Amino acid sequence: MAEPGSEALRPDLAVIARQVPAGVRVLDIGCGDGALMAVLRDTKQIDARGIEIDGALVERCVARSLSVVQGDADRDLAFYPDGAFDVAILSQTLQTAARPDRMLAELLRVGRRAFVSFPNFAYWRMRWALLSRGRMPVTRHLPVTWYETENIHHMTVRDFEELARDLGIELENRWFFTREREIGPAGANWRAEYALFEVRR
Amino acid sequence: MNASSQIFRLPHPLPLDGGQALEGATIAYETYGELAADKANAILVCHALTGDQYLASPHPVTGKPGWWERMVGPGKPIDTDRYHVICANVIGSCMGSTGPASAAPDGKPWAMRFPVITVRDMVRGLVALLDGLGIERLHAVVGGSMGGMQTLSLAANFPERAARVLAIATTARHSAQNIAFHEVGRQAIMADPNWRDGDYYGEDRAPDAGLAVARMAAHITYLSEAGLTEKFGRRLQDRDAKSFGFDADFQIESYLRYQGSGFTRRFDANSYLYITRAMDYFDIAEAHGGTLAEAFAGHAMGKGARFCLVSFDTDWLYPTAESRHVVHALNAAGAPVSFVELSAPFGHDSFLLDVPALDRVVKGFLDG
Repeated sequence: MAEPGSEALRPDLAVIARQVPAGVRVLDIGCGDGALMAVLRDTKQIDARGIEIDGALVERCVARSLSVVQGDADRDLAFYPDGAFDVAILSQTLQTAARPDRMLAELLRVGRRAFVSFPNFAYWRMRWALLSRGRMPVTRHLPVTWYETENIHHMTVRDFEELARDLGIELENRWFFTREREIGPAGANWRAEYALFEVRR
Repeated sequence: MNASSQIFRLPHPLPLDGGQALEGATIAYETYGELAADKANAILVCHALTGDQYLASPHPVTGKPGWWERMVGPGKPIDTDRYHVICANVIGSCMGSTGPASAAPDGKPWAMRFPVITVRDMVRGLVALLDGLGIERLHAVVGGSMGGMQTLSLAANFPERAARVLAIATTARHSAQNIAFHEVGRQAIMADPNWRDGDYYGEDRAPDAGLAVARMAAHITYLSEAGLTEKFGRRLQDRDAKSFGFDADFQIESYLRYQGSGFTRRFDANSYLYITRAMDYFDIAEAHGGTLAEAFAGHAMGKGARFCLVSFDTDWLYPTAESRHVVHALNAAGAPVSFVELSAPFGHDSFLLDVPALDRVVKGFLDG
């Protein structure tokens, strides 16, 4: 195994890994191959729990001794008790939910706070692709055609902020990324390829 | 591989859920690999309904390889170069542990006087064995099917005795369908005139026909329909045309008859009655007001064991929904749990067969 914390995490996950306090209870929804969970274990003494829909990825998580349950966040979050976790993480998954508003509410039911990252559909390259070609954009960050993509609820930074306001969710912190690098908040709804929010009730 | 066969005599009467206690019970077990000086590298493997302690050593009756030889051995997923692996015949069975064929205090076989036992009673027997071996906390307890029931029962009733619980193709309770299939098997045995209310020991004939039918019915539940179709289809057995009689025309008939008769050579009919009964009585939540999460309260965050559950997509005996039910209860209890549904064509029997993904999950979970 690599040195603790040395794994190259995607920038939003690296921010989360930095922000999560040591020793807290963490649920990582859509944990993939467990890269973030492994870093949290190795650097923050966190025995995180994960949910992942893809069995092959769950297998890899189990093989690195992570506690990951194969399941569907749309359905399985309901089985966790209220406040079971200090931190719930939903990275690049909200846009795949059947009802993102309900998933967000569930997230802040099982977790006292949450980190949520998602691709920003108002990123200027998206807008340009739609405007110039009149077709659903296929980009480096969202490389799948409209009919194959799991992203069934595309949203923008502004959409998310508005949904949070409607649900009475507090936006505590926000980070923006373009081309795998963190950028400043100015004009984020144009400039950010994807966004990360720290939210709480 | 190198195995050591031993018999453990319980120093105390074994208390049973039915209210009785079993005096002077014995447990036959096999071990593989060295026990570390600190006794922290022991893995207990629990066998299924018709399994036994011959986990990775040849069966003394059939001469066939151990039932999980592909999983247990040097360099294998349950690595006997690292772990001391124990597999014990459960109470009620017939391969050296006390069961209905054993002698009662009056010297005659227990037969149907043997007390009805439960899965928890089997586990009590296993824990008594661990006490005898001086093993306080297992590195892991592992099992598939009824073996998986034992792992869950051990976790619920003796939460401090295992650091890892690996439950494969199993359930926390027997369903109406599970009970129904078992009842068919029991009635087949009891309808055999040679059963004689269980008092067939020492007679010329045992209720082999009934036991074979029980095995045939059960065997169907261990396979998938797609697997049966692929393996046998409607193909005829050693003939070109239907016989217009009741011989085994079809390959599947011949296969089931072979499975049934082979089984009677190594298994006691009364043991089959007792063990299927134990499985039918199995419902971990029952003792906790029907709330399964309560049963695992001893495994809340940071205490107790890590769990891993595995199901197979073609297993209709203990389908994925049953594993999920356990996983949700463990989540609610705050226990660390992993779960994966593996894809394999062999139905319930997948846990015994060649499923490389299972090897990876078992090894990853045990070594982590």
